[in-house]
Amino acid sequence: MLKFVKYFSLIFFLISGNIVSSAENAEKLLTTDWTFKGPFGKFDRASLQRGYQVYQEVCASCHSLKYMSYRNLSEEGGPEFSVQEAKAIAANFEILDGPNPEGEMFTRPARLSDKFAMPYANEEEAKSANGGAYPPDMSVLVKARKGGADYVYSVLLGYEDPPVGMKLDDGVHYNKYMYGNKIKMPAPLSDGLVEYADGTSATEQQMAKDVVSFLMWTAEPHLEQRHKIGFRAIVYLIILSILVYFSMKKIWSRIETEV
Amino acid sequence: MSEHNYQPKSKFGKWFNDRLPLLTLANHLTDYPTPKNLNYWWTFGGILTFCLITQIITGLVLAMHYIAHADLAFSSVEHIMRDVNYGWLIRYIHANGASMFFLAVYIHIFRSLFYGSYKSPREIIWILGIMIYLLMMAAAFMGYVLPWGQMSFWGATVITNLFSAIPLVGESITTWLWGGYSVDNPTLTRFFTLHYLIPFLILGLVVLHIWALHVPGNNNPIGIDIKKPSKDTVSFHPYIVVKDLFALLLFLILFAFFVFYSPNVLGHADNYIEANPLVTPAHIVPEWYLLPFYAILRSIPDKLMGVIAMLSAILILAALPWLDTSKIRSAVFRPIYKQFYWILVLDVLILGYVGAMPAEGLYLLIARIGTAYYFAHFLIILPILGKVEKTLPLPMSISEPVLGGSLNAEPARSKENSQKL
Repeated sequence: MLKFVKYFSLIFFLISGNIVSSAENAEKLLTTDWTFKGPFGKFDRASLQRGYQVYQEVCASCHSLKYMSYRNLSEEGGPEFSVQEAKAIAANFEILDGPNPEGEMFTRPARLSDKFAMPYANEEEAKSANGGAYPPDMSVLVKARKGGADYVYSVLLGYEDPPVGMKLDDGVHYNKYMYGNKIKMPAPLSDGLVEYADGTSATEQQMAKDVVSFLMWTAEPHLEQRHKIGFRAIVYLIILSILVYFSMKKIWSRIETEV
Repeated sequence: MSEHNYQPKSKFGKWFNDRLPLLTLANHLTDYPTPKNLNYWWTFGGILTFCLITQIITGLVLAMHYIAHADLAFSSVEHIMRDVNYGWLIRYIHANGASMFFLAVYIHIFRSLFYGSYKSPREIIWILGIMIYLLMMAAAFMGYVLPWGQMSFWGATVITNLFSAIPLVGESITTWLWGGYSVDNPTLTRFFTLHYLIPFLILGLVVLHIWALHVPGNNNPIGIDIKKPSKDTVSFHPYIVVKDLFALLLFLILFAFFVFYSPNVLGHADNYIEANPLVTPAHIVPEWYLLPFYAILRSIPDKLMGVIAMLSAILILAALPWLDTSKIRSAVFRPIYKQFYWILVLDVLILGYVGAMPAEGLYLLIARIGTAYYFAHFLIILPILGKVEKTLPLPMSISEPVLGGSLNAEPARSKENSQKL
């Protein structure tokens, strides 16, 4: 029994070790005290609300969130704006709808059921507005990058002057953490860029932390529920294992063989 | 066997059983005499059955919400993750379930290798198992294509391109597989269809696998033939059922850990980027469970030979019952084989590691040595070893230790035995 557990954990260790080693990065990523990490990790509502503000005021002019709907903003486990607030937010955006009975397309204010408004009509427009680079959709961005939240956080704070001897084309910026170190997006954050309604000081680090938390939520909107159910499921399984273990001992005690 | 004498108690049961002997089958399954010294490595058969059923049920639900279309597949997966009730849970169970399935199947296969479960009279069980394993790989590969992320698309491109290595007809076969001139919507829809079909083929083979197992009965850690039923055996129910259940629960704790706390750690981040035929990812790597074979493929400079080597690495297992010339099944009594066995385990782990690394420099060299050793193990070491190895004396039965103990000494000795194994 003990031997079995030993081998089992060895295999587990080997698999996880393999993953960790292949995920190594050249530059050690910056990190911060994420509230959503770990088995009991939860989002900080205030941080997500501030993060939404940063996204809306800074990122949204180029980056879409095409899998998000305005209703998500008031759903449990997210920034949890009140329904009224979410409705008010949605109403700020114009959405193309139609055709109406006359066959015309028309615009109207967005409703809770609408997807987030897109910054560009299509990929070509996005590229032509951004010097040929396509600003990626950010709905699952955090999950789509090795290093996850730490990576996105690092890139946001990783703008520096290029090392001596490195030539950068016009419209290309040096970033310590970006793959290849070259990025078309200019440094998006600077101290005091947004004004937080709750009085939090809008430092670069604070904004980066808030917006990355927000993006973690858009990538994993059910993260809190997952952690909660996971804890219960594992506790349940452990208790059941113990009960079954003793049942097994009892049953096998009828014969002389050890189990 | 006892089931020949089985008579249902109720009148209806008897009437039914005379027409369709399902009750006789149920009785056979519960009474099935199983060696009493099976250790926990023998619980993975049950765990694998659980994995297959889980994959089929979660897959069925996913298929209700998934859209097999190149333009919609990625967003339909996001729809499942966001808007379908507990869709995230079902998809994470399915995605991690594939990894858990392979983890269990590798343990199951290596258990067979250690205890010589593939040897006569169990060759057919073993070959059916290899067929199941091959189908599992096909199902897993096609399943990984369905979310239509970058790694889906490029993985599909790399693997289907392997067929173009076949002389003369290779290109035509690849075009035929794709349903066009590149991996595209027709490829996705056929992969979805096949991904749906294969698990049921596996299920059929599993039934045959278990049927074939029930003819000679289980091998056991000592690897000797035992009389069934006898005092060396216990009935499957309740002894083995409760033990399998306990092991399954431990396995589920590990499974749950992945599903709830690291659902994406076994996948690749690039697969959350929608497939783009114009952008190639920096490293195209398969899922972890295919890495050793990927390393073998890449270790050979010639494409055709690489494909042949990779396929042979799997198919050689089917010939194992005849390559291993030793009559002794269990490695417990084969001191030299036991060492080569652990070297093979290490070799496969190393191949898996270099399979995840770029195929260059030292990694390539290690992959080549690892590949050469892998084949040498089966083609050179095993045939010779069976002839020259001096094996340890076998016990007479599970209950009696080496050189025959008296009946009175049995309880203490059998306890000793089972702890050692």
